[in-house]
Amino acid sequence: MKITFSVNEMPQSIEIDDENTPLLWVIRDMLDLKGTKFGCGKAACGACTLHVDGEAVRSCSYPAKLVEGKKVTTIEGLGSEEHPHPVQQAWVEEVVPQCGYCQPGFMMATAALLDKIPEPTDNDIDQNIINVCRCATYYRMRKAIHRAAVIKKNTTQPVNSESDG
Amino acid sequence: MAKNKKKLSRRKFLVRGGLGTLGVLAVGTYVFRNPIRRQIAGMIDTGETPYLGNTKSPILWFEITKDNKIILYSPKVEMGQGTFTGLAQIAADELEVSMEQIAVAHAPSSSGNMDDFATGGSTSISSLWVPLRELAATLREMIKMEAAKKMGTVATSLSVKDGVISEGDRTITYAEAAKDVTEWDIPDTPPLKDMKDYQFIGKPISRVDLKDKVFGTPIFGMDATMPNMLYGAVVRPTVIGATYAEADTSKAENMPGVVKVVKEQDFVGVVANSRMEAENAKNAIDVKWDIPKVWQTADIEAMIEVGKGEPYVIQKEGSPKKTLQEDETLIISEFKSPIGAHAQLEPNGALAYVEGDKATVMMSTQVVKITRNEIAERLGLEKEQVNIVPTFLGGGFGRRLHTPNGIQAAVLSKAVGTPVKCFLDRKEEFQNDTFRPPTHHVLKAKLNEKGLIEAIEHNVSSGDVAWGSPMLPSVVETILGADLGAWRGGMIQYGAIPNYQAISWRVKLPFATSWWRSLGLLANTFAIESFMDELAAKAGKDPVQFRLDQIQDDDRGYRLKEVIKAAADKAGWTDKVVNGRAMGFAASTDVNTPCAQIVEVSVENNEIKVHKVTCAMDPGLVVNPDQVKAQCEGAIIMGMSASLFERMYVEEGQLQPTIYGPYEMALMKHAPKEIDVVLLQNADVPGGVGEPPLGPIGAAIANAVFRLTGERLREMPLKIS
Ligand code: FES
Ligand code: FES
Repeated sequence: MKITFSVNEMPQSIEIDDENTPLLWVIRDMLDLKGTKFGCGKAACGACTLHVDGEAVRSCSYPAKLVEGKKVTTIEGLGSEEHPHPVQQAWVEEVVPQCGYCQPGFMMATAALLDKIPEPTDNDIDQNIINVCRCATYYRMRKAIHRAAVIKKNTTQPVNSESDG
Repeated sequence: MAKNKKKLSRRKFLVRGGLGTLGVLAVGTYVFRNPIRRQIAGMIDTGETPYLGNTKSPILWFEITKDNKIILYSPKVEMGQGTFTGLAQIAADELEVSMEQIAVAHAPSSSGNMDDFATGGSTSISSLWVPLRELAATLREMIKMEAAKKMGTVATSLSVKDGVISEGDRTITYAEAAKDVTEWDIPDTPPLKDMKDYQFIGKPISRVDLKDKVFGTPIFGMDATMPNMLYGAVVRPTVIGATYAEADTSKAENMPGVVKVVKEQDFVGVVANSRMEAENAKNAIDVKWDIPKVWQTADIEAMIEVGKGEPYVIQKEGSPKKTLQEDETLIISEFKSPIGAHAQLEPNGALAYVEGDKATVMMSTQVVKITRNEIAERLGLEKEQVNIVPTFLGGGFGRRLHTPNGIQAAVLSKAVGTPVKCFLDRKEEFQNDTFRPPTHHVLKAKLNEKGLIEAIEHNVSSGDVAWGSPMLPSVVETILGADLGAWRGGMIQYGAIPNYQAISWRVKLPFATSWWRSLGLLANTFAIESFMDELAAKAGKDPVQFRLDQIQDDDRGYRLKEVIKAAADKAGWTDKVVNGRAMGFAASTDVNTPCAQIVEVSVENNEIKVHKVTCAMDPGLVVNPDQVKAQCEGAIIMGMSASLFERMYVEEGQLQPTIYGPYEMALMKHAPKEIDVVLLQNADVPGGVGEPPLGPIGAAIANAVFRLTGERLREMPLKIS
């Protein structure tokens, strides 16, 4: 079956034989975007988190066919070294990653959280950021999430005032 | 001594060109190989593992690129512990280049620099501390000598900064100086810089791999690709002790996307066009297994019991046995820890390409050399015909100290003649892990009239950790007997006690048990330090003071006392319950690094909540304080996870659970909101960092719970009844 959607703003049209193919393998193996990780394949760890129409989903358990006509964003499209997303900038400033394998999933989950709750409390973070990090970088992640909220607030305001003026 | 060293590195220096496409120069050096016995004995006692490089190949390679950057090819792999960053700092300082001018890459096995000890044991920085600086300083001088020739002057009148050599206003870059040089002059190892002159060593430099890890660069084993790559899957046993007998593959052969079903004498696998198709076909294979026995948790627990298996006295002072005669003053306690899984996020697997008599295998492994040799043997190739290209590891923790899964990828690739990527799924990862062995501890002690310990004994029964691992030659077993991994952290560190001993009981379990970050340290410290707390309570003493009073007056004792005092000071230690929270204390010494921790704990609805952890650690000379702190933070939460939640069990022959969630682990909501790390430096060389801070956490939590509730928790995971 054919699926047409966009990934990181680029239109994609792909053919899958098995309609149960998880989105994760389409992204990783067919489109060769390796930033989205496989950890468990059972929606239990969050390593494969990406955005579908702005919502964080665990792509290992999200059938690719459901993505028809939708917008997918992966870590590669979240931001770049030149234009980092506030979450990535905060992650760099707090030097969060250790092995790094879980980190894209956490950053995607955090970016989606900040869209819903721009200034999350510790409790908001505890309830919403439920991915697994075996290196247990949670302590710095929490700091980075709060920092990202501040960066996001400070960077979005000037844009608003510009458009106001 | 110093003179000897000079000669050594000069004689052994090696130069070779043409490594990598950008390379204009590559140099390396050998280190001398000590007899294995001394290495192992030294490691056990102090954690000072010498670099176990091979005498026939260089340990480190440097490459100077045309754009005047330096690439350091590391024999140690990066699994999150920050080794690449530390090595870059050390090399940059002696090389006189900026941090931007240096990159660190994994050395492929074909380059020859492989480390026999592998990456583990918190030894990467400490073992390379001297050779790396000597090599970098020598290289700097070599480049200067070539620059002098090209500039028509003498090396002594040149100055260097940021990879540029100058005399007056004439300058030449390292790359220019090194260009077209075929015959290098190799000087004696120059004097190393003074600590105070280092610009990067000792500074909280950001991680060199940070950007790759934040922007999604494909750096891991599972991210590797090759043109025309296919996907493999192998049927793996789900039952303990099961061996492959035969398989009906007829259904799988006709499944969509299947390229080939591969039957070997010891496994059956499939190669397909996509991961999904490979997995589907694998699931359609009907395998008959030989299962000698169906194990249950109770069988395993019955094996792990002090008094069973082989006892080895690993430490003895005074006459502990005589003093600990049974009478009403003898205090006895028991503790237990469960089977633990590594649960690292990136599963094991490899991408292999076997073309004729040449094999290339890209994978995450902590044991490059062993993996290469195993693959070569299986394929019937010479070792040099197999090139292992190490990738970044999505977590190591000891899980990748034996990575035979590279063999399967290679066998599948050979069968189809194209590159094949073959990885475990999560269930396979859980059921084929090399687990942290369960333990049972029996402690005995007597107090004297002053309320101090007259004699103490620690018995630990544990499944093997080091034995059976291909990492250690079997000769070591006969030298030492006891399992050096199982009893790590199992010795009594309070040397002022007149009589003490530690006994390790070895048990061979029916499933693979092996290295798990810090080995026996977590469980042994949980037992000993919980017992110390009990004894302090019996003696009516403050638990912190009680420990300080029984530490010997020597260098090791001094360093331990200092971390204990620093932790107590920083945390504002009190043995009173304040606002429903109590503190708990514990300390350990591992790989020459003493560490003391104080936790602040509350109990709500029978749930143990850790609010704050204060950690004082003395790892000696610190190359990167920020990364050492990161290791402490991670180790503390990982240790909490193991202490409070994690447990594998055996049901109907299967190791369970097989997925995150049911295998309960610490998540964001469990992580302490405050972690306060204090670093002391009472030694002038780097010690271990990645594992020592895992030691005290379990005992510290249990001790806090006791203070709060009066209940003494004797079994990990700690649960309030
Ligand atoms: S890989 Fe998708 S949640 Fe674990
Ligand atoms: S950084 Fe290693 S799993 Fe999170």
